[in-house]
Amino acid sequence: MIRFKVNGKEKTFDGDPDMPLLWYLRDVAQLTGTKFGCGMALCGACTVHQNGAAIRSCTTPMKEVGGAEITTIEGIAPMHPVQKAWMEIRVPQCGYCQTGQIMQAIGLLKDNKNPSDQDIDTAMSGNLCRCGTYQRIRAAIHQAAKHQAAKETA
Amino acid sequence: MKLIENVSRHISRRGFLHGALAGGVFVLSARFIPEPLWAAEGEAAAPAFEPSLWMSIASDGTVTIVAHRSEMGCGSRTALPLIVADELDADWSKVRIDQAIGDPKYGEQDTDGSHSVRSSFDLMRQVGATGRAMLITAAAAQWGVSPKDCTTEPHFVVHRSSGRKLGYGEVAAAAAKLPVPKKEDVPLKPRAEWRYIGKESNSLFDLPEIVTGKAVFGMDATMPGMVYASVEHPPVLGQKIKSYDDKAALKVPGVQKTLTIKTFKPPHLFQPLGGVAVIADNTWAAFKGRKSLKIEWDSSPHAVYNSAPFRKTLEATSRQPGKVVRNVGNVDAAFAKGGKIIEAEYYTPHLAHVSMEPPVAVAEYRDGKVLAWAPTQNPQGVQETIAGVLGIKKEDVTCHVTLLGGAFGRKSKPDQVAEAAVLSKQLGKPVKVVWSREDDIRFDFFHSVAAMYLKAAIGPDGKPTAWLQRTVYPPINSTFDASATYADDEMGLGWNNLPFDIPNHRAENGPADYHVRIGWLRSVANIYHAFAIHSFADELAQAANRDPVQYLLDLIGPPRIVSLDLKGDEAEDAKSYPLDTARLRRVVEIAAEKSGWGKRPMGKGRGMGIAAHRSFLTYVATVVEVEIDSKGQVHIPNVWTAVDAGTIVSPDNIRNQFEGAAVFGTSLALFGEITATNGIIDQSNFHNYQITRMNRAPRHVEVHIVESEAPPAGVGEPGVPPFAPALYNAVFAATGKRVRELPLSKTKLV
Repeated sequence: MIRFKVNGKEKTFDGDPDMPLLWYLRDVAQLTGTKFGCGMALCGACTVHQNGAAIRSCTTPMKEVGGAEITTIEGIAPMHPVQKAWMEIRVPQCGYCQTGQIMQAIGLLKDNKNPSDQDIDTAMSGNLCRCGTYQRIRAAIHQAAKHQAAKETA
Repeated sequence: MKLIENVSRHISRRGFLHGALAGGVFVLSARFIPEPLWAAEGEAAAPAFEPSLWMSIASDGTVTIVAHRSEMGCGSRTALPLIVADELDADWSKVRIDQAIGDPKYGEQDTDGSHSVRSSFDLMRQVGATGRAMLITAAAAQWGVSPKDCTTEPHFVVHRSSGRKLGYGEVAAAAAKLPVPKKEDVPLKPRAEWRYIGKESNSLFDLPEIVTGKAVFGMDATMPGMVYASVEHPPVLGQKIKSYDDKAALKVPGVQKTLTIKTFKPPHLFQPLGGVAVIADNTWAAFKGRKSLKIEWDSSPHAVYNSAPFRKTLEATSRQPGKVVRNVGNVDAAFAKGGKIIEAEYYTPHLAHVSMEPPVAVAEYRDGKVLAWAPTQNPQGVQETIAGVLGIKKEDVTCHVTLLGGAFGRKSKPDQVAEAAVLSKQLGKPVKVVWSREDDIRFDFFHSVAAMYLKAAIGPDGKPTAWLQRTVYPPINSTFDASATYADDEMGLGWNNLPFDIPNHRAENGPADYHVRIGWLRSVANIYHAFAIHSFADELAQAANRDPVQYLLDLIGPPRIVSLDLKGDEAEDAKSYPLDTARLRRVVEIAAEKSGWGKRPMGKGRGMGIAAHRSFLTYVATVVEVEIDSKGQVHIPNVWTAVDAGTIVSPDNIRNQFEGAAVFGTSLALFGEITATNGIIDQSNFHNYQITRMNRAPRHVEVHIVESEAPPAGVGEPGVPPFAPALYNAVFAATGKRVRELPLSKTKLV
C-alpha cells in the first residue's frame, strides 16, 4: 500500500507499483488537467509537482511517490499569478500542453523570482508546444514574475 | 465522470430549453430557405438558414450560440459565435457556446482548409442580425412604437426618442413568436459599428478553463462503465494477423482480454488499420499488456517501402515530362532560344502531425447505434466512417466534439474513433481507445514526401523568360482511391497558380505510388511547393545578381489580377478571391520594410531571406533572420511576417497563429523527417522525431496585419508555407550554401 498526498488530500494506492503517476492521476483519481503527451518525459505535458518541484508524472512510477506531496493543476488556487499572466498574454492556442507549461513555470518562479530569457529557455525547453506559443510563454513568465513581486510587496 | 457531467449538462440544458420555451425562452424557430450561401457540394450541402439551429436566448438573457466547427487551437469556436454576437448586439459576457454534434443540418463541419470563418462569415452575420431585428420588433410592439425608431445597445433594445430600454431576456419570449423576417429585410451592421469583429479585446472563449486544467479534451472524455483499449497495429500498412499469442499480456495486472480488429482493404479511407487490441481497466495496463503481445503478421506489398530508393524514384520521375496542370506561352520554344538556363531539384520528406494530444476517442455501441466523444475536426466524417465500418446508418451515429489538443489535419481522419466503436460492439460496453505517441507517429496519415524539378531561362534583364516546374509525390487521393498516382486538389495548393509575371510558364505533376497512408498536414502541399518555388526564385535572384526583395517584386510584376484556368471550387473561390498581385506586393513590401531589409548590417554568419506565398486565399510574406554559430547550428533571432487575410475577426489570435506558424515552420525546416525501412516507419517519439523546443524557436516573431475590407480568408495555415524557403534563403545569405532539401539538420553548414 502506497500512501501519499494529492493536492493536500491523503491517498492510498495498491495497484501496479509500476503504473506511472500520470495514469493514476488521470484514470484512477480522475484529475485530468495533467496531460499525456509522450510517455517518455520528452514533452512535459504531464508536469506536476512532487514536494514542490516540477516532475514528469509519465515516468514517475507509483512506487516512487510514497510519502510524497503531489500537486496538480487542480491543486493550484486560481488565479495564480502565472495563470493570470497566461490569460493576459493570451498564451494558449489549443491549450493541451498549457497546464504542463504552467506547472513548469510555477516551479521555475518558486526558485527564481526574476528569471532571465536564458533561465526561462533552460527551464522550459522540456515542455513542447506544437502550436508554437513559446514567445508568449516567455512573455507570460516575465509578467508572472512581476505579478508575484507585486503580490509579495503588497 | 467528466463525460457524464457533459452529457447530463447537455441533456438538461436541452431539457431546460424545451421546458423553458413555454416559459419564455426565445428560440428562433420558424424556417425559410434562403439562397444557398455557398455552392452545394456532395452530401454536406449548404445549411438551410434556420436561425434556431444556431442560437437561443433565455429569459435571463443568456444567449447560447452554436459553434459548428471544432476548436483545435485556431480559434474557430470563438470566432464564429463572436460574429453572431456582434450582429445580434449581444453582451459577450452573457454568451455561452454550445458545441454542435456532427449533423449535416449545419452544412459542412470539417474544420480544415482554413475556411471556418471564410465559409460561415455571411451566415453567422445573418443569424445574429435576424435575431436582433426580431428582438427590436418585439420590443417596439410592447412599446407601441415603430421598430424603425428603435435601436440596440449590447443586450438591450432601446427606443431612441424616449430612451426606454428592454433587456434581450425580457423580450425573448415575445420575439420567439414572431415570423422570421426575410433576409432582405434584415440590415447588417456597417463595419464601423462592429463591436467584436476585428477587435483587439477578443480572446479565446475557453481560456479560463484551459489555464485551470478544466477544459475537456478528447483525452479527458469518459463514459460510465467504459474500459480502456490500446491497439497494436500492423507495422506495415495492409498486413494481416497470421497468429498471435496473448498469454503474457493477459497476465499483466488490469488487462481484461484481447480482441482483434480486421485489417481493412484499400482504399484505406479513415477505416481502422486493424490489429490486436488489449482491453484493460486503465490506460497504463492496456499499454503494458500490449508490450507482451506476440504477433506474427503476414506479408504486405508495402513492405518494399524504403525511403532512400523511393527518393531516387521520385527524383527520376521529376526529370521526365508529367501531366500539365497549367500552361502559359511556350516554355519549350523559349528554352530552345537559349539564354542562361538554371535548373534545380528540391526534396522534402514525409512529416508527421504530432499534435500534443495523440489520437483518442470514447465510443459506445448499443442497439445498433453509436455514441462517440472525440477530438475530431470532422464529426460528420466520424458518422460516415463508423457507419461504413459497422454497416449501420450514419444517422445512428452521434458524435460529440470535445476540444482538440492540436490537430493540424490529423484529426480530420477518425480511424481511432472507428476503432473504439468496433471494439465496443465486440465487448458490449463503452471503450476508450488511447493511442500512444509511438502509435501516433508510426501510424499517421503522413504529409507526403515530394521531389520537385525546376528550370528557368533568364533573359538579359535578369528576369525569367521561361519557367518550368514539375512536382512528384504520392497523392492524398491514394487514401481514397488506391489506384491514384497523380495529385488532384494539391495542385491548387501553390502549384497551378504561380503569381509571377513570366511569359512562358508550365506546371506539371508526375505520378507516384503510395506505401503509407497519405493525408493533409497544416498547409498541405503548399509546404513543398512553396519551398521549391521560393527557393528557386532566390536562386534566380542570385544568378541575376539582384537583391532578393527587388527581384521578388519584379517576378510578381505589376499590380493585376492573375488569369488562372481553374475549375470547380477553385473557380468559385476565384470569383470572390481573385489572385491580386497588388496584395501580394504589399505584404512583400511591408515585411521587407519592417525587417529593415538591406539596412541592417549582417555580420559573419548572419543573413536574411524572404518568401511570399498566397495560400488559403491569404497573402503572406515572411522575412527570416538567421545566425549560424561556429558549430553550424542555426539560430533564428527574428522573423517578420506580413499578412493580408482580408476581413479579420480576432487580430490577437491571428498574431498568435502566425507566431505559431513560424515555430511549426522551424520544426519542418530544421528537424522534421519521417522515413520508412521495409515499410516500417523509423521514428517513434520526440527523441527521433523532433519538433521545435523553446531554445530553438525563433526568438522574436513580429506579425503585421494588413487592414483590409476584402472577404475573410484563411489564418490557421497560411503562415507555414513561406517560412522554410525564407529560412533557407537566409541560410544562403549567411553562408553562401544553397540547400535544396528539408530538413536542414541533414546538411552540415560548417
